[in-house]
Amino acid sequence: MATSGTQISLAATHYTRTAVTLHWLIAACVLAALFMGWTMTDMAISPARLKTYNYHKWVGVTVLTLAVMRLAWRLTHRPPPLLPMPRWQKLAAHGGHALLYALIVVVPLTGWIYSNATGFRVVYLGKIPLPNLVGRDKALADTWHEVHEVLAISLAVLVGLHVLAALQHHFVHKDNTLRRMFQWRH
Amino acid sequence: MRNRLTWLALPVAFAGMAWAADLNISPAAGSTVTATIKQEGVEVESPFTKFTGRIAYDPARVAASTALIEVETGSFDFGDAAYNAEVRKKSWFDSATYPKAKFQSTSIQPAAGGFQATGQLTVKGKVQTVTVPVKVSSSPAGTVFDGSFNMSRKAFGVGDPVWEGTVDDKVVVKFHLVGGK
Repeated sequence: MATSGTQISLAATHYTRTAVTLHWLIAACVLAALFMGWTMTDMAISPARLKTYNYHKWVGVTVLTLAVMRLAWRLTHRPPPLLPMPRWQKLAAHGGHALLYALIVVVPLTGWIYSNATGFRVVYLGKIPLPNLVGRDKALADTWHEVHEVLAISLAVLVGLHVLAALQHHFVHKDNTLRRMFQWRH
Repeated sequence: MRNRLTWLALPVAFAGMAWAADLNISPAAGSTVTATIKQEGVEVESPFTKFTGRIAYDPARVAASTALIEVETGSFDFGDAAYNAEVRKKSWFDSATYPKAKFQSTSIQPAAGGFQATGQLTVKGKVQTVTVPVKVSSSPAGTVFDGSFNMSRKAFGVGDPVWEGTVDDKVVVKFHLVGGK
């Protein structure tokens, strides 16, 4: 009984280890992909540029895979409720998280489509060829480039707000919001 | 007897030559010529948008066929202006000095479904002999010749050494040539 009671209270305050691990893996990959995406377009034509594009795509496919795993986990494992905060903050938090979930799936997908439209198949790690989602089409490529870029910038802005909100919880409200992303229930 | 047969054969031969009038090859008629490069495991097929050719083909006398295809190296289209500019540079196609790559047949042998064309491939001023299996079919637009062959870009001095290890040496050239009158 005591064990069960502890389980319940931990589930009410803690994320699972899987959720925490996926959060940080995705965070690292998203930051890497955003950084490469931001810098590679201004690089001069060179093997380094071509390789950066390839790595960007591999990291993007990794984000997409982890995001799908994370969504599946999220749907089967309830996260702990938000800590007490004003209603508008709860709404903003839920809305922001929903958008983040959507973008970590959609941004890699639009990049994949954009790559295919330019005639480049995505070959994960240079070894695993992924199916082409669209055929080569210059006009389509330009459109998907725009979509990918705008959504990626939106993702970057949301990540920034997400980090600022976490820091505000930690340093201003001095609550457990940030800390519990470094702990998990067993 | 032998002489008489020769004389008899002549008009037939002329008729054959007339039938085997040169077929003109151009992108306008639906022909395509592409090169597929491979970089870090990714095959990228891109077209040459400008080329011309003449194929003299007589299904009854395949061995008498000839083919000449000339491709404008400056028309290779990666779909990206910066990469297109790169591939026209001196270290790659050097399109300013060698605007055309060409294939000139030297021998054509009948084969199942078409023929086997042997000829001289000239790229960037260097010449190599290549043999290409060609599939022949007919469409409403005319006689269609399909085939592909592998070539080593380095054998023709195509490619900056800095790309060594990133872009494979092997290039696959594919063609779909529609012979119009």
